Amino acid sequence: MINPTIQQMMTTRKKRRVKFIGTTLLLASIVLLLCAAMMMLGNTIYPVQEIIRVLMGDVIPGSSFAINEIRLPRMLAGLFAGFSFGVGGYIFQTMLRNPLANPDVIGVTTGSSAAAVCCIVLFHASNLVLSLSSIAGGLVTVLIIYVLSKQNAFAIGRLILIGIGIQAMLSAAISYMMLIGKTNDLPTVLRWLSGSLNSANMPMIMSLMLCIFCAMPIVLYCSKRLSMLELGEQAATALGVNTNKTRVVLIICAVMLIALATATTGPIAFVAFLAGPIAQRIVGSAFSNILPAGFIGVILVLGADLIGQFAFETRYPVGVITGIVGAPYLIYLLIRINRKGVI
Amino acid sequence: MTSLALKNKQMLLPKHLVVVSMLLLILFLSSIVLSVAFGSRAVSFTGIIDGLFHPDVTSHEATVVRQRIARTIFSIMCGAALGVSGALMQSVTRNPIADPSILGVNTGASLFVVCGIAFFNSSAASDYIWLAIIGAIITAIFVFSIGSLGASGATPLKLVLAGAATSAILSSLVTAIMIPRTNVIDEFRFWQVGSVGAGNWTSVQLLLPFLLIGILLAICTAPALNALALGDEVATGLGVRTGMLRMIAAFAGVLLCGVVTALAGPIGFIGLLATHLIRLVIGADIRFIVPLAALAGASILTISDVCGRFLGSPGELEVGILTAFIGAPILILITMKAKMRAI
Repeated sequence: MINPTIQQMMTTRKKRRVKFIGTTLLLASIVLLLCAAMMMLGNTIYPVQEIIRVLMGDVIPGSSFAINEIRLPRMLAGLFAGFSFGVGGYIFQTMLRNPLANPDVIGVTTGSSAAAVCCIVLFHASNLVLSLSSIAGGLVTVLIIYVLSKQNAFAIGRLILIGIGIQAMLSAAISYMMLIGKTNDLPTVLRWLSGSLNSANMPMIMSLMLCIFCAMPIVLYCSKRLSMLELGEQAATALGVNTNKTRVVLIICAVMLIALATATTGPIAFVAFLAGPIAQRIVGSAFSNILPAGFIGVILVLGADLIGQFAFETRYPVGVITGIVGAPYLIYLLIRINRKGVI
Repeated sequence: MTSLALKNKQMLLPKHLVVVSMLLLILFLSSIVLSVAFGSRAVSFTGIIDGLFHPDVTSHEATVVRQRIARTIFSIMCGAALGVSGALMQSVTRNPIADPSILGVNTGASLFVVCGIAFFNSSAASDYIWLAIIGAIITAIFVFSIGSLGASGATPLKLVLAGAATSAILSSLVTAIMIPRTNVIDEFRFWQVGSVGAGNWTSVQLLLPFLLIGILLAICTAPALNALALGDEVATGLGVRTGMLRMIAAFAGVLLCGVVTALAGPIGFIGLLATHLIRLVIGADIRFIVPLAALAGASILTISDVCGRFLGSPGELEVGILTAFIGAPILILITMKAKMRAI
């Protein structure tokens, strides 16, 4: 005979679990639909059978090139980068317990961009060096921000302000490198100002995919601890979490995801910032929202790219669309936080 | 009686006023000398003398020197305007890290100028000025009203975040307007990083009236701003109409930085840097801060410009990049030193 209160709790929990799984599956299917749309839509619209045949290896003049060389890389870049931005942003926001403390605002993305631009412009580095140095750039940025904000008492407001300062310096460095690398053509330069799926190359996409496959198991394994960290340092320690170790592991994973995604597509504005809060609102916060946040990231990137490609006369890169959509949300969030008076 | 009054007056003067003013003056004069004498092209001493004192000599070197003189005067005026603008904004918002670039006012000015170029075919610098001023004022009002929501008023963190978010939207819009119009990209390029390189006698003439109005307003409002620093209640008790005062001083600050943005592009952090250094050495009396910040701003900008010519040789490095490099660490330092309550 079970206590009725406990029974009620268990049924609620079961309901929540069903809701969580249902919504996650729904999000996953939206992701699939968008991927299909990315493959089908374009100057010519290909039917599904033809796409499948081309992907299976058949050679069809015309469509083979369009699908294999143009649409597949574009779709994969959006898929993986969106997922990485979503997951990485969610980890930062959850761990620092503040939606404003995301890689876009505190400058991690800019750190990776700066390292990547430096590699491209100054050293004409290979893809491997590019990937590694963008990860290193992101990690160093995180480290600097953390060390600087730790002095006196650690406070999230200080961390955000210092991040914004670091970001200003890094953007200046990027502008400087663009100026001295003057032979570079304008499209490449614009890609580093606002992210775009246009010029993603297959080797980078592959290394991003590899990184996702390496990092995701670790992140998912740590997801329970991440939820405990969200309760606060003391509560997490009391629940048996080795907070420092968990933090370091999760931060490294998040930075790796974000850095490689940045190196592949350029900094797509606000995806890392938006994915977490949107996932929270849709799915609720009963379970760890890592996967939903990743899916939302994909939906944002692919959706924005489709809008950028087809909604207007000119084709806009995806970063411009997400910037115009995302920044008002940031302002809305600020207004809400300011009204409540908690930062 | 008279001697007592004199003694009182002397005691009111800041401690190091004379020394600091002398040092600044020396710095200021040497920055002028450096800016005229050095550049990406080496000029002989006779060339400099010809350019300065013999208007009938039309050798190449003399012409170069004359251009440098115009550029130097322009950069002095821009620096002074930015310094005063920073001092005014900091004292109006009672906030140590208010600066036109951090608050996003520069980006607002840029957006309006781009709109002017793209939609209204404006191409004269005088058009840019009015557009930039309108854009700067609207952005300043917007950012300040978001940042000051809530019980705690306009704290630095809230203002900076509101500024960063606003700037993100505005720069996305700028990119969105620019991408379909390649001619605008060309015209707009120098806007992305501020530079005084385009300074000539026309721009000096355009800037001068605004600079005078702005500095005059700053000097007139300075005593009342001192009262405001004691808090709104005390200021009202001392007979200051706080709302009116804020409006006038903020208008002057925004006017100054808007005009500079229109003519030189977004140059960040000069106001922050100049005002902070001055406040550090002579204290918080705004009557002395305004003229000294003008002097310091002019010197810093001119010296940065000279350094940019060396660092970027054979071309030159835009001064906006350099000021971000020097200024952002100051922002970080201020943040690190600030007590958490103040953030």
